[in-house]
Amino acid sequence: MPEIRNMTMNFGPQHPAAHGVLRLVLEMDGEVIERADPHIGLLHRGTEKLAESKPYNQSIGYMDRLDYVSMMCNEHAYVLAIERLSGVTPPVRARYIRVMFDEITRILNHLMWLGAHGLDIGAMTVFLYCFREREDLMDCYEAVSGTRMHATYYRPGGVYRDLPADMPQYRVTSNRSDREVARLNENRQGSLLDFIESFTERFPACVDEYETLLTDNRIWKQRTVGIGVVAPDRAVELGFTGPMLRGSGVEWDLRKKQPYEVYDKLNFAIPVGVNGDCYDRYLVRIEEMRQSNAIVKQCVDWLRNNPGPVIIDDHKLTPPAREAMKDDMESLIHHFKLFTEGYCVPEGEVYAAVEHPKGEFGIYLVSDGANKPYRLKIRAPGFVHLSAMNEMVKGHMLADVVAVIGTQDIVFGEVDR
Amino acid sequence: MTQAPFPDTLLNDLHECLGPEIIRDKIEAGQVTIDVSPADLPEVCLKLRDDESLAFKQLSDLCGIDYLAYGKADWETGDTTRTGFSRGVSEGVYIDTRDIEDRFAVVYHLLSLKRNQRLRVRSFVSGQPAKIPSVTHIWAGANWFEREAFDLFGILFEEHPDLRRILTDYGFIGHPFRKDFPLEGNVEVRYDPDQGRVVYQPVTIKNRVLTPKVIRRDNRHPAPEDKRAEN
Repeated sequence: MPEIRNMTMNFGPQHPAAHGVLRLVLEMDGEVIERADPHIGLLHRGTEKLAESKPYNQSIGYMDRLDYVSMMCNEHAYVLAIERLSGVTPPVRARYIRVMFDEITRILNHLMWLGAHGLDIGAMTVFLYCFREREDLMDCYEAVSGTRMHATYYRPGGVYRDLPADMPQYRVTSNRSDREVARLNENRQGSLLDFIESFTERFPACVDEYETLLTDNRIWKQRTVGIGVVAPDRAVELGFTGPMLRGSGVEWDLRKKQPYEVYDKLNFAIPVGVNGDCYDRYLVRIEEMRQSNAIVKQCVDWLRNNPGPVIIDDHKLTPPAREAMKDDMESLIHHFKLFTEGYCVPEGEVYAAVEHPKGEFGIYLVSDGANKPYRLKIRAPGFVHLSAMNEMVKGHMLADVVAVIGTQDIVFGEVDR
Repeated sequence: MTQAPFPDTLLNDLHECLGPEIIRDKIEAGQVTIDVSPADLPEVCLKLRDDESLAFKQLSDLCGIDYLAYGKADWETGDTTRTGFSRGVSEGVYIDTRDIEDRFAVVYHLLSLKRNQRLRVRSFVSGQPAKIPSVTHIWAGANWFEREAFDLFGILFEEHPDLRRILTDYGFIGHPFRKDFPLEGNVEVRYDPDQGRVVYQPVTIKNRVLTPKVIRRDNRHPAPEDKRAEN
């Protein structure tokens, strides 16, 4: 009799389905997983340590690069932590803008997730459809902050700038004709808010389109139903948050339970799953996109009717207007101090969490009264979810590992930090 | 609002449940922090999780802190008028010359879904190397967090099932998030064409501190002494 042994297989770190740089060491019994040992840290940049060596505002940009598909939500947790420690409340218009962009970001993230998850388990078309809509949302990012991804738009005390009155336009080039440009610019004639509104009107039909491709698709269901089941109690114990927790049927959403900014004034529902498998988590995220769309719409309506300041007027924390610096000595001093030394945050510690598209994204900030954080700990939802990988894939087939990675919505920027 | 229900009722319930095991407590920005000793930690955590009225079923976060450089600025600015500013020069690295009692702390952020409240538990770790009991048997989610705190701070978690490095490179030496570990690191890698492989060498870059760390008191915020009196 030949000796039969389990086989150890290496998956990644460079594998298209690993969503970045995940190395998985899989112990296989035939095609069944006995044990999965994820090796992470290949993208570790020491964000937390870097932040300790910089004035507070210089780290906002690092937050974008954590979970690089939901940039503004990362910033949000960071600025919230600073604001709570300094006892600052941003103007209400800034809070609406933040909520609107948080939800735009949620849609961005879920579109990316849906496309990549679909592609991983054999649905090519969804990927293309999702990226078509993502393009419009990135244009919103660009209009407001100047960059398509790493916005650095939220600041302690508000947001950097008010929403622009006009949208950037496409131009005619050698490979883009007049007619093509006219079509592309059709809904860019008004302000950013007009553009976002036209998006919210169009988007529910797009979600329907994704659903016709997937929800009742036999192959999709075979790949996701009953895969990676997590019981509700176990999900809480493992530290799951966000759609991973709600997919298991636990109704927990920080936007409802511990509302921050203006979420308590908005009308939306929290979808929960029943079985806690990949398919339920898919349904939860699809519904979240619809709900986010509704929130964005409500914010657009409010923002149209309520002009006002978008950042506080305290120049110890926010830069003065450039105009004011021309003939006001004090503004000049404030500007100089802010950009050379930054501002000092009072001594203390705070944990600020937001409902990030992936789950609870928390910033634990310890300040010793200096112009730099003493300790910054980023609580990344993906890190916690990935730590449960072994439990979720045990007893499944090799191909299901890919489905589980997909359903966890892993992004290595935040897992490795 | 951070937490809807009142933090002081939580603190009362905690005192009722834990009694003398709480060394210190404070409420800051609406968040409750309690300090416990590492020896009591497993027992306290079990009570926090299993007590019917507290029910802290979820561990949101666990992290290490190195208090080596706490409250130390690079640049003294107190007496500016008479002497002028000192030069804002800093190495950015704090050398561990004194034997600091309780240099490291482990901070646990707990969440009770039932009460809709958060709690911060902090435990100062002493000893060389710093050791603290693991809570993996209490919250399954603690596993990777403890590996991370071990990797970055060198805190040992006793009875952890699999205490390996997690974020740093295979074969990494040192614990990078300690305050006496330089920001630019100790070694760098490059491809050596002669040997035909990637080699390690001492770092060739030097850390430049553009903005020194400054501690300033703002009169609009309560001074730390007043804050302590409040709690």
